[in-house]
Order: sequence, then C-alpha cells, then structure tokens
Amino acid sequence: MTAAGTTATAQPSPDGAARVSAGEVVRRLRAVDTRRGVLAVAGLGAVLVVLVGASLLLGDVRVPVADVLSALRGEPGPAAFIVTGLRLPRAMLGAVVGALLGMSGALLQSVVRNPLASPDVVGVTGGASAAAVLAIGAGAVGAGVDVAALGGALGAAALVVALSGRGVLGTRFVVVGVAVAFAATAVLGYALTRANLTAARSAYRWLVGSVGTAAWSDVARLAAVLAAVSLLLAIARRPLAALRLDDAAARGLGLQPERVRTAAVAGSAVLAAAAVAAAGPVAFVAFVSGPLARRLRGHGPALATAALVGATAVVTADLVAQHLPGSLQPPVGLVTGALGAPFLLWVLWREA
Amino acid sequence: MPSRSDTPDGDTDHVGDAAVSPPASALDPAPAGHPPARGVRPGGAALARTLAIGAGVLALLVVVSLAVGARSTPLGDVVAALLRPADADPTTVVVVRDLRVPRTVLGLLAGAALGAAGVVMRGVTRNPVADPGLLGVNAGAALGVVVALGLGRTDLATTVVAALLGALAAAAVVAAVAARTGSPARLVVAGAAITAGLTSVTTLLLLQDPTALDRYRFWTVGALTGRGLDAAAGVAPLVLAGLVGAVALSRPLDALALGDDVARGLGYRLGAVRAASVAVVVALAGAATALAGPLVFVGLVAVHTAHRLVGARHARMVPVAVLAGAALLVAADVVGRVVAPPGELEAGLVVAAIGAPVLIGLVRSGSVR
Repeated sequence: MTAAGTTATAQPSPDGAARVSAGEVVRRLRAVDTRRGVLAVAGLGAVLVVLVGASLLLGDVRVPVADVLSALRGEPGPAAFIVTGLRLPRAMLGAVVGALLGMSGALLQSVVRNPLASPDVVGVTGGASAAAVLAIGAGAVGAGVDVAALGGALGAAALVVALSGRGVLGTRFVVVGVAVAFAATAVLGYALTRANLTAARSAYRWLVGSVGTAAWSDVARLAAVLAAVSLLLAIARRPLAALRLDDAAARGLGLQPERVRTAAVAGSAVLAAAAVAAAGPVAFVAFVSGPLARRLRGHGPALATAALVGATAVVTADLVAQHLPGSLQPPVGLVTGALGAPFLLWVLWREA
Repeated sequence: MPSRSDTPDGDTDHVGDAAVSPPASALDPAPAGHPPARGVRPGGAALARTLAIGAGVLALLVVVSLAVGARSTPLGDVVAALLRPADADPTTVVVVRDLRVPRTVLGLLAGAALGAAGVVMRGVTRNPVADPGLLGVNAGAALGVVVALGLGRTDLATTVVAALLGALAAAAVVAAVAARTGSPARLVVAGAAITAGLTSVTTLLLLQDPTALDRYRFWTVGALTGRGLDAAAGVAPLVLAGLVGAVALSRPLDALALGDDVARGLGYRLGAVRAASVAVVVALAGAATALAGPLVFVGLVAVHTAHRLVGARHARMVPVAVLAGAALLVAADVVGRVVAPPGELEAGLVVAAIGAPVLIGLVRSGSVR
C-alpha cells in the first residue's frame, strides 16, 4: 500500500510540473522498500532485546535490574550464576534456534513458492528427529547426534525433492512432504519403542522441543551455522532472487532454476537440522516465521526478517512457558505448537 | 435424512448396473477430476465376485495370523487349540487363544472401522486422500485416551468415551476446513497440523507419568497387543453401529459427490449429511483408536483399493473398503511378527511403510492437487 502511494505521486501531476522518469520511480520504490525492511529489522531487533532482558529479570528468583547489569558486565555478584549461567544462555539458545528455524522455513517457502512448504510440514525436521533418536538409541552422544540429525534432515529433503519430481514446486512437493513426514513419524515411533525407558523419556521430552538445558557451547555452534549459511545465502542472493521470476525468465538469465532450488532446499535442511539437533523440533516456528515476516516486510525475500521473527517467537514462547500458572513448566515446543497449529489452520482457512 | 423415493437418480443406478452404456457414465457419481476405476465398471456380479475374493483373502490371512509368529504353529494344532483346548498342547493353547486370537480380532475390528471411516471421509470431503489418521481424527482420539489416563481412568468405557470426544473435536475442525477449501493438498496439510499440535500435547501428558509413557509409547505407534478380547467385545457394537451408518450414508454421499447444488436439488440437506458423516467417522475412528492406537494410512489404502476395484459409488466402496482395511491391518500385524525376529514390529509401523508410498503414488498420479 505504501508502494502504491509512491507510484501515485510519481504520476505526472495535472500541472505537469513533476514529471518523473521510470528510473526515478524504481529508485523511489526501492527506497520505500529498503526503509520498510530497515524498520522491520530494527523494530524486531528492539523487541527481541526487550524480551531477552525480561527473561533475565523474571523467573523463580526475581533479579533486580542493577544485579543483572553487573552480572552482564562480568562482575561477581549474588545473581551472576543465575543470569549468565542459566538465563542468558537459555534466552540466547532460544533466539538462535528460532532464527535458524525461521530462516529455514522462509527459504523453503520462497523457493517452493508455497507458504505450506515449511521444513516441519514436509518432513525435514521429522527426518532429523527420527535420525537423531535412532542415533541416541544406538548409543551416540554429542556430535554423533548432530551428524545423525543433519543426515536425517538432508535425507528427508532429498527424498521429497526426488519423489515430487518436476522441479521443486507447488502443492505436489508439499503433499509428498507430508507423506514423508508421516513416514518419519513411523521411524521415530520405531526408535522410541526400541529404546529403554529412560532414554525414551528424555527423547520424548526432547521431541516436544526444549531450550531448558542450554549451554554456551550449543549457542556458539548454532550461531556459527547461522552465520555460515547466512553468508552463503548473501552470496547466492541474485540466483535466489531470480527464482521469483518464472523459470523461463530465470533460464534466460543463465541460471538453472532446478539446481538453485535444490541447493536452497539443502540449505534450508541444514538450518533446520542444526536447530533440531540442539533443541528438538520446536513446532511450527519454521512455518509461521515466513508469512509473519512478509507481513512486516512487504514483499521481498525477507530471510533476515524471518530469522528475527523466529527468534522473537521462540524467546516469547519460552517466556510464556516458564511463567504459565501451576507447576507444569512445559517445554517451549508445546507453546509454539499450541499457538502454531491454529495459526496454520487459520492460514489455510483464509486462503481457501 | 431423505428416503430413497426422494432421489430421482434411483433408476439411473440400475441402468449403470445392468449395462455399461455411455449415458449411465454421465451420471456416474465419480467426483470431477478423479478418473473412475479403470476398465469396465463392474456390475452386481463383479461386485459379488470382488467381495467373495476379498473375504477369501481375509479368511486366509486370519488363519495365517493364528498360525504364524515367534513360535510357528502347525494348522492342525491351531484348530485343536481352538476347538478342543483340553486335549491340545497347553503352550499352544495359550499362544493361540490368549495371544493370537485377541490381536487378530482387534486387527479385524480396527481395520474394518478405519476402512469404512475412510470411505465416509472421502465422500464428505470429496477428497481422495481422506483418512482418519492423515487428517488428525485419530490423533484427537489418542489425546482423549491419554487425557483419560492422566485423570486415572483406564477402564474401557471411559477410554472409549474420551477417544470419541477427542475424535469429535478433531473431526469438527477437519470438516470445517474441508467445507471451506476444495483442495486436497490444503486438507492434508490441515490434517498434519492438527496431528502435530495434538501429538505434542499427548506427549507432554505422557511425560508426566513414566509408567503410562512406557505402556503408551507402544500403543501410540499403532499396536494390536495393547488390549484384549474383552475390549474388542466392548467396542464391537460401536463399530457395528458405525458400519451401519456408513452404509446408510452411501446414497447421500453419492449425491454429495455431484456437487453441493446437485445434492441440494436431489433433496438432501447438506448440513444433516455432513453432521451424520462426522458422527459416523468419529464413532469408527474413535473405536479403532481406543483399540489399536492412532493408526495412519489404513483408511487411505483401503479406500484407494476399493475405488480401484469397484468404482466411486459409496454403497460398493464401503464393503470392499471394510474387507481391505481389515485385511491390511491383519496382514501388517503378521508381517510385523516375522520381519524382525526375535522382536516384533508394531502393525502401525508396517502400515506406514505401505501407506506412505501409496500416498506419494496418489500425488504423483495427479489425483491430489
């Protein structure tokens, strides 16, 4: 709507004073677009900082602002461990996991050109979970589980790409993905019934998606993955943008759309796998981030905005989960699932 | 519900039965966009033959299910254990009567129920991938069962009522989405969303209670070993009522397949047909889930088989899908027993291994858009 307003002012006015060239129109539209993008990113960043701040202050023990600040400066104090040892890593893990999932979802949704094509709907997170639980059942720990999750995510993504055929487009990709997701659920069920009860219990808890056992090493590892994939996406900015044209036009620009899409699907799977390996498949974050980011951002690829939306969503959901009444203290994935499933249904309802 | 005399298409059905004439095919209630079954449309004799063959296959599977397992039992011993338990080898009697008969009966009941529920869902959503598992109804029933468990109730009556309530909630959402969108793909995604949301709540409830988790993690993948014959007997009337309802709904669903306006013109009240369909699906899917866990894909495979064999008319599809669903689940249970010795694979896992490729094949064939 802002863009439309600009176009209107760019028309020759009745007195003919302000005749504007086509290049000028494009330049102004781009300026509006950039301004909106900067506003969205800055606004979301501010919200995220406030939420992280709130999660440092609130909890079973209320920490005064002064103590939080001194703990953040690294000074020893009564609240130092609570703030920098427990709450900050938890909030940061939530933020990074959310950013990974949000970027993963927005990337897949944009290359498949379907808002339903998010890694949690099409079985990519399911594949990662199933492979990770199989690995845990086989006695793997630490990096072994991460590698298994990565393999599961990439395997599921490859399966969906191969089986949906005809490029990576549209509803066929989504429904094949749903079938793969249900198959992954069956593999997961197999792994869970074969594990011993203690392992199964922790696997079940992990499957709901939790950032409650955060460590700084997790945060650092995920941040590295996020930075690396973001860099690759920035380098591949032009081919990705060309995917928004139709395939013939993209070919005319010298691209191979199928290859770019396949590479983008793999990138999305890597992002999702990293998040799942650390925090479990936090439900629906990947799905909701893209559409919400697009609302804030207007048109455009909006991957950075989606990452921020995802981060905000997970940090918010974790705050809510920690402060629900009663002794339940559910994992964060329950809150995102309880809010995300109705949101998905609403999207389907509205677009019908 | 309107009586048969209300429907002017009563005669055209017989035309279609007696001879395969081109005008009859114009009245074929196959939904637009879905090709009718390949080849000549079978008449009454062909339907009877299909049913007879299906019943034969099912009977064979039941025999195999009683004889095959970790301890293979000769047929003579099976018969002896069933008919003259006093004279037979006591171990064989225990294995056959206490272990294999219950899981076979459970498989028959749950499979039949899910097959019929799939046909009704296919009709009311006009969707070739309607399946109570795929669309989240079974996940709703499973959540109901686990909520009842959390409240300390494990008796059959409470379990079944809770399963029905959960299935009803999920089915109402699915029916609302289906009435709004005609796209099978969107409906499938809605079902996946419902399943995912409900499953995370179920998981959380199970985490509160380790012993419940240990028992229900087997049940939640779809196993026929969770309940006994008494449960089967208790739920059987519900399944029977659901099957009768599915048969009674076949003419209204045929009309619905022609489009809302045509169905209305034929004298059907769409709201009533949809509500009755939801009730039937809830009864069947709730009963099946209470017995065997939230099974996915049984309805899908059964309905697809029925549609391939006897065409799109619901009165024909229901009996074939009932046989196919029962056969699939019993066969999956048998395969699960022998495929991973010395352990077992739960029937639900075997069904998923068959069902996921069927769904992908349906998508690739272009019948899901």
